Amino acid sequence: MTDHLLKILFGRLSLESFPVHEPILLGTFAVVVLLGLGIVGAVTKYRLWGWLWREWFTSVDHKKIGIMYMILGIIMLLRGFADAVMMRLQQAIAFGGSEGYLNAHHYDQIFTAHGTIMIFFVAIPLVVGLINYIMPLQIGARDVAFPYLNNLSFWLTVAGALLVMVSLFVGEFSRAGWLNYVPVANLQNSPDTGPDYYLWALQIAGVGTTLSAINMVTTIIKMRAPGMTMMKMPVFCWTALCSNVLAVAIFPILTAAFALLMLDRYVGTNFFTNDLGGNPMMYWNLVWIWGHPEVYVLVLPVFGIFSEITSTFSGKRLFGYSSMVYATVVITILSFLVWLHHFFTMGSGASVNSFFGIATMVISIPTGAKIFNWLFTMYRGQIRFELPMMWVVAFLLTFTVGGMTGVLLAVPPADFVLHNSLFLVAHFHNVIIGGVVFGLFAGMTYWFPKAFGFRLDPFWGKVSFWGWVVGYWVAWTPIYIVGLMGTTRRVRHFDDPSLQPFFIVAMIGVLIIAIGIAAFLIQIAVSIRNREALRDTTGDPWHGRTLEWATSSPPPAYNFAFTPVIHDLDAWYDMKARGHEHPAGGWRPIHMPRNTGAGVILSGLALALGFAMVWYIWWLAAVSFAGMIVVIIGHSFNYDRDYHIPSEEVAATERARLAAVGA
Amino acid sequence: MALLLLPLLAGCQHAVLNPAGDVALQQRNLIYASTALMLLIIVPVMMLIVLFAWRYRKGNRQATYDPHFDHSTSLELVIWSAPLLIIIALGALTWSSTHLLDPFRPLGRVAAGKPLDPKDKPMRVQVVALDWKWLFIYPDLGIATVNELVLPVDRQVRFDITSTNMMNSFYAPTLAGMVYAMPGMRSTLHAVLNKPGEYQGMSANYSGAGFSDMKFRLRGVNAAGFDRWVGQARASGRTLPTETFLRLERPSEKVPPMRFAAVQPGLFDKVVERCVRPGTPCMSDTMMHDRGMMPKGRDAPPPTGERPEGALFKDSDQIAPAPNVTKPRRPGAPGSTDPDSARNRDMS
Amino acid sequence: MSSQAPSFYLIDEEEHHHGPGASTALGFWIYLMSDALIFATLFATYGVLSTSYAGGPAPHQIFELPLVAINTGMLLLSSITFGMAAIETEAGRLRATQGWLAVTALFGAAFVGIELYEFATLIAEGATPQRSAFLSGFFALVGTHGLHVLCGLVWIGVTLVQIGQRGLTLDNRRRIMCLGMFWHLLDVVWIGVFTFVYLLGVLR
Repeated sequence: MTDHLLKILFGRLSLESFPVHEPILLGTFAVVVLLGLGIVGAVTKYRLWGWLWREWFTSVDHKKIGIMYMILGIIMLLRGFADAVMMRLQQAIAFGGSEGYLNAHHYDQIFTAHGTIMIFFVAIPLVVGLINYIMPLQIGARDVAFPYLNNLSFWLTVAGALLVMVSLFVGEFSRAGWLNYVPVANLQNSPDTGPDYYLWALQIAGVGTTLSAINMVTTIIKMRAPGMTMMKMPVFCWTALCSNVLAVAIFPILTAAFALLMLDRYVGTNFFTNDLGGNPMMYWNLVWIWGHPEVYVLVLPVFGIFSEITSTFSGKRLFGYSSMVYATVVITILSFLVWLHHFFTMGSGASVNSFFGIATMVISIPTGAKIFNWLFTMYRGQIRFELPMMWVVAFLLTFTVGGMTGVLLAVPPADFVLHNSLFLVAHFHNVIIGGVVFGLFAGMTYWFPKAFGFRLDPFWGKVSFWGWVVGYWVAWTPIYIVGLMGTTRRVRHFDDPSLQPFFIVAMIGVLIIAIGIAAFLIQIAVSIRNREALRDTTGDPWHGRTLEWATSSPPPAYNFAFTPVIHDLDAWYDMKARGHEHPAGGWRPIHMPRNTGAGVILSGLALALGFAMVWYIWWLAAVSFAGMIVVIIGHSFNYDRDYHIPSEEVAATERARLAAVGA
Repeated sequence: MALLLLPLLAGCQHAVLNPAGDVALQQRNLIYASTALMLLIIVPVMMLIVLFAWRYRKGNRQATYDPHFDHSTSLELVIWSAPLLIIIALGALTWSSTHLLDPFRPLGRVAAGKPLDPKDKPMRVQVVALDWKWLFIYPDLGIATVNELVLPVDRQVRFDITSTNMMNSFYAPTLAGMVYAMPGMRSTLHAVLNKPGEYQGMSANYSGAGFSDMKFRLRGVNAAGFDRWVGQARASGRTLPTETFLRLERPSEKVPPMRFAAVQPGLFDKVVERCVRPGTPCMSDTMMHDRGMMPKGRDAPPPTGERPEGALFKDSDQIAPAPNVTKPRRPGAPGSTDPDSARNRDMS
Repeated sequence: MSSQAPSFYLIDEEEHHHGPGASTALGFWIYLMSDALIFATLFATYGVLSTSYAGGPAPHQIFELPLVAINTGMLLLSSITFGMAAIETEAGRLRATQGWLAVTALFGAAFVGIELYEFATLIAEGATPQRSAFLSGFFALVGTHGLHVLCGLVWIGVTLVQIGQRGLTLDNRRRIMCLGMFWHLLDVVWIGVFTFVYLLGVLR
């Protein structure tokens, strides 16, 4: 009887579900609990809960949401990187009969979690965060088109991330690879909670990403300041537009694919089963139709970041602006025509494989054109080698190699021997670290003074830079090599002792990257401590060219007291060159959206729903689902969603700013 | 940078760059050719990056500073056409090599300069990926092996590949590129081994807990040696009837090589059709039924086989608690993890 | 470069910002496109699986075309009545808007009711979603559409309350416009379902 009741109350959750026998997890858990308690204690002690809630959690200000996205991405980077270190350590020691220190169940969860976290909860939040912060400023807008939706998107992403983190300590995560491949993730083969955690976390976060993409596209199309035609838009906004158009077009496919797998697992349908007509290959097709464009969702905005930085620090307008824009659009379209190159070896036939192989190579033409454009932006420039520009050069040199190995993998017969090998793994880390990660660090360094009003400490920034760049090459060159020797991915231990030196070098490389990450965190701490010395009062520390530098650092809630009027590309440079005069009076009240807690509450309920479904706690699932409906309907009865910042307040803020600039 | 080390690597005794089969050899040559083609553009670009970054640094007063150099039609033509030309060349190479090295296509030659005797029919080997070991059936010889593939050198082999449950990838790097082994599907690979020797093959696609040990020995022997080996296999006395196969099919790891003197005929087709278990309808029969070639109606036969029920339909009593499986396995669990342990053969 | 610098700031903006109102239509339209992509994926899945009967029933054995035709009629009529509601909203007639919305909801409810009846019959006959991949695909596609109609019904209910409370304010009109786009999209999707799943299924 009690057993029956327990199962109704807790579903399949029992004391057995906690990994108490696993010292690594227990240790991590202790650290997380201590850190968590420390943070909660500090927030309580300094009575910051109300401030956090009012100013941050419920904020609909795109700038604050952008910063929160960045914080989420950096925290999850630490988790994903810890997984990477564990994998490298396992592969460095598991040789010649040694099983290493991780058993298969543990190791398989780690590589699954590493990929999932790095793409969905590191790369996406960091890219979305930068777009959120910078894009509205660059187009001269006061906020995004749907500020409340923006808040909801963020908190849904957080809920997904939390669900993944919960799986570390309650139950276990998926062991089916970062895209939760069937047949491994089918109910027959994985009856445990892993794939369910994966599916619910990504569904919740995926809804957030889709909504955010809709929001950004609408913002860019509808809210550009007067005079900013599409072809006068900064390249970063163009890449953000293309990236978000792609996201709107692909995330629904992923949502549908995951929903069908959920039906398989919860209802017992036969979409991806081996029997009764199900078709596992269909899952591969669906997730890769999402998966390949997703690469461009991440990398296009980063191309935009590099364009802005190259142009700013070379003191020149971007070379070939319009060909840059066309290249971006062409990549956006082509990225839909290449997904099959992720499984040439499925036996599609020579003509199909050649088509997809050549389509993949064609993408390298606009990408190559972009590289040349950056190159000729530097040509006849005056390059200031501040940190962001250093990242650009490191990116150019690293990414070209990644591009080349990518084209190599697009040749189907070559792919037959390199597919699923560590060469492939090295290739995509080459483009994701060398492209996306380098770009995100460049962007964070470049725009940090805009967001906080002081620069990042250059010394620790350089340590971080060299840690990442050197670490990357030391870690991944040996992986390229063992891949060429025919070593495949996701393997837990090896027989051939001659491979071990390569993995040990790779382990050392990861430790160098760890120095880079640590230096980045130290850099932030040091910069906060020395913020007065690093202070920038002008709002334009790098001699920028685009509109985000036209306002103060950090910008006021309303971004611009007077909406700028755009006459030329590089609008802020144009304004400076032609002697703009900022009005010193005539302030007007500014219409702004009001904060709301509905996003936090909805996401909390979504988290409860996900957790309940993972553990078959049906009553909790029903309650939280009903709760979500009630909150959504209740929120629709709230008509009081905006207010005006009175002109006196605008006047006071602006006078203080103008005084600080010394104008 | 890694690719600059290519020539250095070629000296190593490693599979992909030092193959023992003609198909793998052509694939390796293709890697070299495409890399060389791409280096034509990559090397100058990388040199220009370094050159421009150095020359146009702010400290260099000699360099021209022209802030208005932001457009040049002729330069942009070059920018777009240079990669375009490379890709046209590479695309042509891709099209021809993809068709030439299509795994479905019977080989045209045994090795460079050694044309195939058209009368020589390829030797057939049927490959079944089980959880987590490989079963090789030699249908023409009536023998089968587990985790051991022996091939006569310079003889074309046609592999038919399938899987019982998980999706695996049949890969012997030294022989030829990989091909997926998929449940309910049949894929094909034509290859030839040219050098006698001992090599290793594996599953290249992650398929669950036992994946890392899902390897097989690949041995290339001459014709006489092959006949001798077939004789040994026939003399082993073990056979592979349905019941043994069903036992073999259950998950197990690190299974040592086994040989079977006789195999139940048509086993491979039954695996593809998912009807090895007696009483299970084969997929093609079901399809005939579906096409109306068999009696039909609402009283269609109920599905067979055990399938877990969807979670939502479980009574609360049926919900099994989910213990954490990172736990070390209980001793005595099926599928021992000791390599070459005799218990690995006993899957019950 | 002109000697006279042009104006770089919008000094006397009167709510120049095409406030959230103007963006809503575009944003909601983009959302609908993403929703349409979910349906596209489900259609594609159904297309792949539509002959995988696995020995179970085939479409022509289980689909009751007359019933589905009636159902289609319900949804098409509901689209027309929603059109009437939209016209009345434009004209600012509250009572008539409420009336047409209520009629639309009735047709929608009838549609959902008939669909549930159809599902119940199928399941009772053993044509369950678990029986074969074809049936899985069928239930997922048609069921997702039905779920959308159900959401539309709840939305109509909420809208009726809201316009009852506040009348046809600017906000409410915008919501009715979005609701309309949503409802008509479901109609379009259903035409695809009817042709592609039911008509072609029975013909096969």
